Amino acid sequence: MNNKQTISRRGLIKGSIGGFAGLSAGALGAPAIINASDDTIRVGHITPRSGFLGTLGDYGFRGVNLAVEELNAAGGILGREVDLFSEDSVGSAVAPTKAQKLIEKRKVHFLIGEISSGSGGGVMATAKRLKTMYMQTGCNSDALRGEKCNPYSFHVEAGNTMYTKTIGNWQNRAGNVNGKDFYMLTADYAFGHDLARVSTRFLTENGGNVMANELVATNTPDYSPYILKIKAAKPDFVYINLAGADQTTFLKQYKEYGLNYAVSGGVMDTAGFWAAGIDSITGYWQSLWYHGMNTPSSQAFAKAFTQKYKKPPENQAWGDYIGVKIMAAAMEEAKSVDPAKIIPLLESGMEFDILKPRKGHFRKWDHSLLQQMFVVKVKDKAEMQDEWDIFEIVEASPGDNEKLDVIQPTQSENMCVMG
Amino acid sequence: MLLLEQILNGLLVGTYYTLLALGLSIIFSLGGVVNLAHGAFYAVGAYLIVFLSELIGFPVAFVVTPILVGMIGIIVETFFLRRLYTKDPILTLLFTFGLAMSAEQVLRLSFGASGIPFSIPEFLSGQLHLGSFIYSYYRLAILAVTTVSIGGLWLLFNKTSFGLIMRAGVADSEMVRAMGISIKPILSLVFAIGVGLAAVAGSMSASLTGVQPAMGNDIVTAAFVICVLGGLGSFWGVVFAGLLVGVLKGVTALYIPPAAEGSIYALMVLVLIFRPRGMFGIRFDRLE
Repeated sequence: MNNKQTISRRGLIKGSIGGFAGLSAGALGAPAIINASDDTIRVGHITPRSGFLGTLGDYGFRGVNLAVEELNAAGGILGREVDLFSEDSVGSAVAPTKAQKLIEKRKVHFLIGEISSGSGGGVMATAKRLKTMYMQTGCNSDALRGEKCNPYSFHVEAGNTMYTKTIGNWQNRAGNVNGKDFYMLTADYAFGHDLARVSTRFLTENGGNVMANELVATNTPDYSPYILKIKAAKPDFVYINLAGADQTTFLKQYKEYGLNYAVSGGVMDTAGFWAAGIDSITGYWQSLWYHGMNTPSSQAFAKAFTQKYKKPPENQAWGDYIGVKIMAAAMEEAKSVDPAKIIPLLESGMEFDILKPRKGHFRKWDHSLLQQMFVVKVKDKAEMQDEWDIFEIVEASPGDNEKLDVIQPTQSENMCVMG
Repeated sequence: MLLLEQILNGLLVGTYYTLLALGLSIIFSLGGVVNLAHGAFYAVGAYLIVFLSELIGFPVAFVVTPILVGMIGIIVETFFLRRLYTKDPILTLLFTFGLAMSAEQVLRLSFGASGIPFSIPEFLSGQLHLGSFIYSYYRLAILAVTTVSIGGLWLLFNKTSFGLIMRAGVADSEMVRAMGISIKPILSLVFAIGVGLAAVAGSMSASLTGVQPAMGNDIVTAAFVICVLGGLGSFWGVVFAGLLVGVLKGVTALYIPPAAEGSIYALMVLVLIFRPRGMFGIRFDRLE
């Protein structure tokens, strides 16, 4: 007698595929409620906490937590305690629903966060539909500040053009663009496509030649087929438009093959470089913010974060931290939580200490934060003070005497009609 | 020439996928368990090699890691899975799914969500140049380990009394019990070997990808696809499918890069349409 219960082959495969797909999509969407009461300022944090952007999302979550903790220790916003509600945005199919839940169920006063440009577009649309402000802290796609822009969304994260121009202008001056061949590897989703577009525009305008642009699926475990193609193509530069864990995997495997074509890229996440390790990285990169920055407020933030979490903040932690601080300052200045009062204030050029040498303010026509970025150089291993100390800051861009919008896209490059 | 390079490279990469898929396949064959936590054991293997390497050096850690993970496997099998064999198979799916999520969170809480850097050991760094073809010594070492593992498994299953009992158990576990042979320790050992193989794969990939809590999720989806392609329960079917997947990914990356990762799913759909049991699938009475 066989007393085992049976399941059909089809049922088993269907169930298993569902299981594996659930795991790889990151089914861990449990909300975190820090505390809650009625007469509070409610912050809705939304960001990927699982999947290939999960590592960055974790830094964002910690940054926003630290900001709320500091605000409450200093008496809250407008004398009211600040409550934080956090959701794993999972991916672009889920993110808008999570945003709606935060707004309608949790009654948050504003949204903050997100990293994936695919998800960020959905969160922006939800924010606009439900007339709630949104501080976007991690999506790089220019399109969010361009064709998808809306009055309720403000962008703390730098756009792809800003990343590209920061490193591009520097490399151009060093003679590394004109007449050079670039081999691109591009993440196959909204962010990567947008970055490849603006990078190609910059490189070709300055005399460079993009010899190939390979679209690569996110979370690709093995880059060896692409590395063999790069070897055959013999470029001057390998140019990566990859994000999150994909940066790490590529850098490690590229090092493994020992090719000596220099690597550059349209974006750099410090966490991805930390994970790759100093042995796998080299060259000059662009950075939105780095914990080695020497301004007093930046050092204070890095110190508080390191004390709380036992490791220094990544630039994604900076984004979510500073986003909350900006909203808090704006609410205090407006003496209101009403978007109708805060939006004009932010558009009026109100300045904020953003932990960089120069203060930042939002550009009126596209809500992009006008701010400095930095060219950083990978340190020699011998000069590192600890495992996190991988960069030295080479220069700020824009420099002290330049206008803050020189690295921004122009109106003709990235048209925004607020509607 | 580039095509030849990609095919060769794909075969080499394929052996690595095969190792993961074989672990899944043998666990399924004997216990009927689709181990959704396979990726978790893979990730645990990667974390273990990182920390053990500092203590006892890479070569020893490489041997110790799969043994430790195998022991964890025995505990999981003895205390949890064993109770579910005779129940609705959906329960083992739910249990292993829950185990995968719990393990990922335990890793996240213990070691943080950030990737941990881990370099290729000094004695395995460097590249082999054969004409225009280039291959890293580390990957050659992976090839050697996977080849030995696959060969060893085949010998274990086909040339030992353990293998004989196991194969008999796959065919008819009731009959094996009726002959007076306890199948329980065999089930434990097979599960341990299966997850031990996942740990071998995980510890080899620690230096090739970031070591982070979710690292096992996607790679194991590919391993499952290989099991389905080769046919659940078929040893050589899985080996063949693993190599095929490696080559397919490489060749697709050469001609249609955006489709490289998706190509294996397209192949799975095709195979399932024409051969629902997979290319070399054997008949399982409990699935018919």
